[in-house]
Amino acid sequence: MSLTMALVSPAQGADGGASEEVAARRRGRTGVGLLLPGAIYLVAFFAVPVLALLATSLYAPVPGGDVGQYLPALRWENYAAALGKFWPELLRSFWFALLATVAALVVGYPVAYVIAVRARGHRLLQGVLLVLVVAPFFTSFILRTIAWKQVLADDAFVVASLRWLHVLPDDGRLTATAFAVVAGLAYNFLPFMILPVYASLERLDVRMIEAGGDLYAGPFTTFRTVTLPLSMPGVVSGTLLTFIPAAGDYVSASLLGNPTTTTMIGQVIDSRFFRVLDYPTAAALSVVLMVVIALLVTAYVRRTGTEDLL
Amino acid sequence: MTAAPALELWGVRKEFGGQVAVDGVDLEVPEGSFFALLGPSGCGKTTTLRMVAGLEQPTAGAVSIGGRDVTGTPAHRRPVNTVFQSYALFPHLSVLQNVEFGLRRQRVPDARARALAGLQTVRLAHLADRRPAQLSGGQQQRIALARAIVNNPSVLLLDEPLGALDLALRRAMQLELKRIQAEAGLTFVHVTHDQEEAMTMADTVAVMNAGRIEQLGPPAELYELPRTPFVATFLGRSNLVAGTVVEGSGGVLGVEVAGARLQVPADRSAVSDGPVLLGVRPEKVRLSAQGEPPPSGSNVLGPGTVTDVSFTGVSTAYQVDLGALGVHEVFAQNTTGAPTSRPGDTVHLAWDVDFTFGLVPDAAAAS
Repeated sequence: MSLTMALVSPAQGADGGASEEVAARRRGRTGVGLLLPGAIYLVAFFAVPVLALLATSLYAPVPGGDVGQYLPALRWENYAAALGKFWPELLRSFWFALLATVAALVVGYPVAYVIAVRARGHRLLQGVLLVLVVAPFFTSFILRTIAWKQVLADDAFVVASLRWLHVLPDDGRLTATAFAVVAGLAYNFLPFMILPVYASLERLDVRMIEAGGDLYAGPFTTFRTVTLPLSMPGVVSGTLLTFIPAAGDYVSASLLGNPTTTTMIGQVIDSRFFRVLDYPTAAALSVVLMVVIALLVTAYVRRTGTEDLL
Repeated sequence: MTAAPALELWGVRKEFGGQVAVDGVDLEVPEGSFFALLGPSGCGKTTTLRMVAGLEQPTAGAVSIGGRDVTGTPAHRRPVNTVFQSYALFPHLSVLQNVEFGLRRQRVPDARARALAGLQTVRLAHLADRRPAQLSGGQQQRIALARAIVNNPSVLLLDEPLGALDLALRRAMQLELKRIQAEAGLTFVHVTHDQEEAMTMADTVAVMNAGRIEQLGPPAELYELPRTPFVATFLGRSNLVAGTVVEGSGGVLGVEVAGARLQVPADRSAVSDGPVLLGVRPEKVRLSAQGEPPPSGSNVLGPGTVTDVSFTGVSTAYQVDLGALGVHEVFAQNTTGAPTSRPGDTVHLAWDVDFTFGLVPDAAAAS
């Protein structure tokens, strides 16, 4: 832009500069106009609710009131109380989300690689594989998780085969275990991992891989030093799209977990809001979850040097 | 005892799903030479280069580098480096890291110092910390070259390395490449479709067509004595006429061409009897006006009519229509300051018998 102006203005003189300014102002107004609908939407349905949530997290119970009756206040000890009581669930949520993200990356990256690089030039095959990746979205999230419950049930083939292979002890089970919850999370968010990784590998020039081989890098070294770094934007967006919703998820844990050792923070928030009617604690936990995720994501993106994604 | 050639190919053949891309190529590239593989697009020259690099496996035949058979060896274990047509610089690495890449993979101890020296060779050391995307096409080209030569490969492969550059830059890079090749003493194998580029740079040129090597030799030799109609027309221009050998004595063949009698030295003809295609380069031909006696020892064709005169500065190009023998070209040096013939003039074409060459006629070139 500045280059264009520098090239244009000497020839056009003062007149050209003035019309340039008018044009710039008009572009500015158009820009504001285009942003307006989105801005209104965000203020109404994001900014206001978040502020309401922050306010709720500081509410105090009505003295002598019923369950679920609160007054606006600045009760900061709500946070200490919520964290003091529910820190294990909070930590577990991030731990499970991390495990699920790693699992989704390990499973999803090769799938994305095959579709984007190996199947390159075979448009039909690529199309079919991509449809298969998104096919689970044709069924509801909850239905699929319930189906997983069946798949991992004690009398289903997965457990039977694992017992037969002695991977599981004879009385071992998968339902209601942490494994089932993490597997469910990884499964549900897998397409969110595959698609961004695919998108970035799809743009990878295969001559880069050839150049790696030409410069004495074996297949693994070429992957580590060329392919993986070049697909990092996809890996970062894929891991974010998996980790963030997985950390707040409560469907997998409710349907595939047990009530004691697999409870995630989403379940706690859900039950505090809708069953115990302990709004301040639920709101405080929600705020903590948001803040921690925001901090983790910022640190992660900084670390991987992909700031331009934010 | 002589050292093994830097590169040898024996009967190398490559098919892609039944399509023959390279059809039995035999080559020997001496150590330290600048070798060009010249041919039109689709002639198999790039495929040949990729088989040397190890990026394609030959369907049949063998590749040997420095006397060692590398036919089944993967690319990363071959002592060759490639300057890719699109440069294929790593966009996520700095210029210096790009140049260091091969040295690091080979665990060369002073990788950084050698990479910097490589950048100095291409005179771009001041750009070491930039990213490839911040450089111009010509600079990227030189980085790609530095990235390859720092590894001191047994053979450096260049795949149309100057194809993406504009004309002025291409000329400058041709000289630069020659300088670097001479300084580094490396063996260069250069793939190009640009005959002028091949002739300017290489000391040996192999002309490829339809998956085969048509002719191989020093540029001047290929130019002065083409052995196939393809070489005669692809490498420079030629005037060709079809005739029949009618006599052969004293090392000279007599050829009848449309009623006229032409001669060709027997050792400059690929055929010694039967149908032959006679040719001569346009700058060897002189125009002689009607009635002017041709110099002795000349082949003469005509009369014909000058149909076009183009003044190009150093020379003038004439188009002469010889009727049944087609339109022929004559390039005359501008030593007299003005064209000697005008469109419509009736002229004869005359040239020294010793500049004539005889080829095996083929269907494509006779037309």
